[in-house]
Amino acid sequence: MITVRCFAVVREILGCDTRSLVAATTPQRASDILAALAGARVADLPKPLLVAINCEHASLTSLVHDGDEVAFFPPVSGG
Amino acid sequence: MIIRLQTEDFDAEREAQALDVKGAGARVSFVGTVRDTAQDRTITALEIEHYPEMTHAELSRIGASAQARHNLQEVLIIHRYGRLACHERIVLVTVWSAHRAEAFAGCQAIVDALKTRAPFWKKEISPEGALWVPGQTPQDLK
Repeated sequence: MITVRCFAVVREILGCDTRSLVAATTPQRASDILAALAGARVADLPKPLLVAINCEHASLTSLVHDGDEVAFFPPVSGG
Repeated sequence: MIIRLQTEDFDAEREAQALDVKGAGARVSFVGTVRDTAQDRTITALEIEHYPEMTHAELSRIGASAQARHNLQEVLIIHRYGRLACHERIVLVTVWSAHRAEAFAGCQAIVDALKTRAPFWKKEISPEGALWVPGQTPQDLK
């Protein structure tokens, strides 16, 4: 089971806050999980798109393992 | 190191005074506030969203990195989220060090890292509508 979280405009575009995915095979690239989640709407997402795995910055090419939490979000604006 | 994420306001001076940092000869604080204009639009409020589980971890990493690099004796970061009216306080970063140069540099390093690494997103609310504030990307991911 992989937990997927979406934030800010990514959440709005995909209409998805938190979702659990059963991956047939792991590890998978974060980009593969995003493709499964977003389908054709992937083209509507902001670029660059940021990725975090288990609450640490990662990238779309990072590997996601069973039990991981992967998050997709736009560039950040803290402070 | 003290990290707090909260919806309520803070008193920057009271927060800093509450900590008794031994050996410190300098204390530098930064307070970020909600602007009342953006690209000639009047801003009435800011909605701040964050990734709670990651935010605390990332602020801790940012604080620890600055603490080690700039020889800071203590770091305090308070960041608010939720809906804030214009001119309200958003964030407090206070650092303590033996000397002023380290305190200035350490405080700036933390504030800069908040902009590029901390998982917050801001939506500006104006009479014309709501717009997401363009964000930044961690330098090491570019």
